[in-house]
Amino acid sequence: MSTSIAHLKRGQKGVIREFPDDFLPIKLLELGCLPGNEVELVQVAPFKDPLYINVNGSHIAIRRSMALKIELDLIEDTPSV
Amino acid sequence: MSKQINVALIGNPNTGKTSVFNQLTGLNQKVGNYPGITVEKKEGICKLPRGVKAHIIDLPGTYSLNTTSLDESVAVELLLNKNDKDHPDVAIVISDVENLKRNLLLFTQIKDLEIPTILVINMADRMVRKGITLDIDLMEKKLDTKIALVSTRKKTGIERLKKLIADYKNLSISPNVDTTVIAPEYFKSLQETFPNENLHKLWLVITQDVNFMPLEKKLIKDTSSFNTKSKSELKRLQQKETIKRYQFINSILKETYKVDANAAKGLKATLDKILTHKIFGYLIFFVVLLTIFQAIYDWSSIPMDVIDETFVSASEWVKDSFPPGMLTNLIAEGILSGIGGIVIFIPQIAFLFLFISLLEESGYMSRVVFLMDRVMRPFGLSGKSIVPLISGTACAIPAVMATRTIENWKERLITILVTPFITCSARLPVYLIIIALVIPEGRFLGLGYQAMTLMLLYLIGFGAAILSAMVLNKVLKIKSRTFFVMEMPNYKLPLIKNVAYTVWEKTKSFVFGAGKIILAISIILWFLGSNGFTEKYENADSIIEHRIQTEGLSVFNQESITNDLEAYKIALNDSIAKKVYTIGPEQVKDSIHRLDKELFEKAKHQEIASFKLENSYIGNMGKAIEPMVRPLGYDWKIGIALITSFAAREVFVSTLATIYSVGSDEEHTIKNRMAAEMNANTNKPLFNLASGISLLLFYAFAMQCMSTLAVVKRETNSWKWPAAQLVFMSLFAYIVALVAYQLLK
Ligand SMILES: Nc1nc2c(ncn2[C@@H]2O[C@H](COP(=O)(O)OP(=O)(O)OP(=O)(O)O)[C@@H](O)[C@H]2O)c(=O)[nH]1
Ligand SMILES: [Mg+2]
Repeated sequence: MSTSIAHLKRGQKGVIREFPDDFLPIKLLELGCLPGNEVELVQVAPFKDPLYINVNGSHIAIRRSMALKIELDLIEDTPSV
Repeated sequence: MSKQINVALIGNPNTGKTSVFNQLTGLNQKVGNYPGITVEKKEGICKLPRGVKAHIIDLPGTYSLNTTSLDESVAVELLLNKNDKDHPDVAIVISDVENLKRNLLLFTQIKDLEIPTILVINMADRMVRKGITLDIDLMEKKLDTKIALVSTRKKTGIERLKKLIADYKNLSISPNVDTTVIAPEYFKSLQETFPNENLHKLWLVITQDVNFMPLEKKLIKDTSSFNTKSKSELKRLQQKETIKRYQFINSILKETYKVDANAAKGLKATLDKILTHKIFGYLIFFVVLLTIFQAIYDWSSIPMDVIDETFVSASEWVKDSFPPGMLTNLIAEGILSGIGGIVIFIPQIAFLFLFISLLEESGYMSRVVFLMDRVMRPFGLSGKSIVPLISGTACAIPAVMATRTIENWKERLITILVTPFITCSARLPVYLIIIALVIPEGRFLGLGYQAMTLMLLYLIGFGAAILSAMVLNKVLKIKSRTFFVMEMPNYKLPLIKNVAYTVWEKTKSFVFGAGKIILAISIILWFLGSNGFTEKYENADSIIEHRIQTEGLSVFNQESITNDLEAYKIALNDSIAKKVYTIGPEQVKDSIHRLDKELFEKAKHQEIASFKLENSYIGNMGKAIEPMVRPLGYDWKIGIALITSFAAREVFVSTLATIYSVGSDEEHTIKNRMAAEMNANTNKPLFNLASGISLLLFYAFAMQCMSTLAVVKRETNSWKWPAAQLVFMSLFAYIVALVAYQLLK
């Protein structure tokens, strides 16, 4: 099932899909937002923005607009909290 | 001469670079568990084995050499610029054992610049709890470097690091990752054009987002014989490069880094759940804020009173014990009161930074940023604007400095521009005295009117900041390609030592930074206030003495002397009745007479001083601007206070004290004197509701702080923004005060 980081529920995980080149800011790539890496949604701020994720061992908060752009393959067996 | 090695400490934000720096140099720089504590480079000396000395440079954290914010570019600039006197002979990459993968990205980038590079894996003390095991030897081989496993908290590994630095000549400088494979043709032609340059360095210069070396970049553009690439193509290549690097890193970590997943998690998850909860999160933050304000305004009032009294008596002591004259006056009235004006703020500043550094050290501040980001955004601000806005309640100067972590230039600029609206501690004394004068003491629903007014003023300041941010957000046409990302560090128990140093450092930089200006201004003001060019000024003594002989003292002084005498008589009679003293009526009369004379002399001096001030340079200035301030309900005396408080608001009260010749800064006395003051233009009390509110609003909005302007100039690197701030805020303050007075009068 495909979805984006912004659509995850708390505790759910997904694997980042291939995305077009020059699509994300280089800084996010360097933090580990690369195709094939696992992302977990740790927390959602009130008003559903920003999102607190764990990607590649980095605990970072990004804004929803950015999270919407990053598509994922959902890992089904992760329970949502 | 012993040789000195240049050593640069580089690493991701919050990995402990400054902690390592402090260990190596024995210095104490500010440390905090919030990304972006160090925003400038700091230097120190470290003694190494065999008498070698190292010149250590602590740098702001950066995630990679592709910089996106000002503080990050400091590190890159240093690495790329061979001519910089601090260009490192050896780079030390500081990494956090829990985030090794990401930290190594930066390591490989630096290694590829062919600079000798040592890897420090810090926070080794956390490995056990997190279930991490490392194969250091294998890792050293794979990364082709030397590694020091360090814990700055437990002070382990530092000696090994020192030895590695001393032996830096033995380090390999061959690159880690061959990046040219991502576009062989391109890199080949690049190398052919610049045969003497390091390829990776060229590549960095070309792809740099921040244009920190315009010259070199231009050179490349002009002389390129090869096909230059479009922006999106470059980005594509950068992405490929990053993936390539991560492949390299992953392959190494797979063999050398093991983590027991069960040991992790736990506390962090639970705390995060509570602290960023949509109800509890805000509640907790609110309570934290209340506590901070309570500390700043309540707890610090005790030391502040002590400081105030000390300086007043010191100034009196100087006047009494040195021969009267220019120099004595300069010391007593110019310098001492100037220094007093600075020292008085130390308790508040110290409390503020105590709390901020506790919040940062614990890791809580990042959660606040996370909570507030969405709320702040409609106003053109970022969640990261919260720290400056809170700091602004003590003083705008450190607040403006704290904006450096905001990566989006537009959000940062807006934060800088609106911060001075936040009610800083210098406004407080002004508010307090005017509120006491014009707002009745009654209560409504258990809340005092006066307290409510004060709270309202805080809200007005905050509102003005938010609203002008909104306007600026619409008006400013700045495109910023950067985006918001905030690291959420682990929670840590704050180290008392770290917190104490932060408080010390920040307070010190306030005292010496802002203090210099405040002191200079108060000396200038003292000069302008105690010199004059008119005949009246020259002959003040005889004019006033003559006036007193013919008309007697001013009504206010006469009344207050009568009152004082009356009170003294009653007290005296009381004690006689109670047989505390046994003295005859003659003696009673005598002592009353003595007091009368004493009071008279004092009043006379005050009236002379007041007359002198009226006719001094500054008095003439006040009269000159009177036409401008009359529509606001002020007279020339307030005009003077406005002029003097242009440099620093808090001077308002002491200026009025001098003008109204009350001779002391004692609030109660000034207040009584001010209450009795009549406006010469309207013959109504000068401080009535209308003029009082108008003054309060003026102080709420006007930009009356030279030091803030100076800091804004430094942080925005242009006079344009502080000038705009000054003009806009002062104009706005004037208009609001005008409207308020005209409506209420
Ligand atoms: N447990 C543990 N904590 C450490 C160690 N070294 C540093 N810290 C903590 O890590 C946090 C960050 O330390 P800093 O020295 O300010 O880090 P920095 O890399 O200079 O940070 P920036 O200047 O913000 O980039 C602080 O809370 C330190 O107390 C260590 O060896 N063990
Ligand atoms: Mg630091």
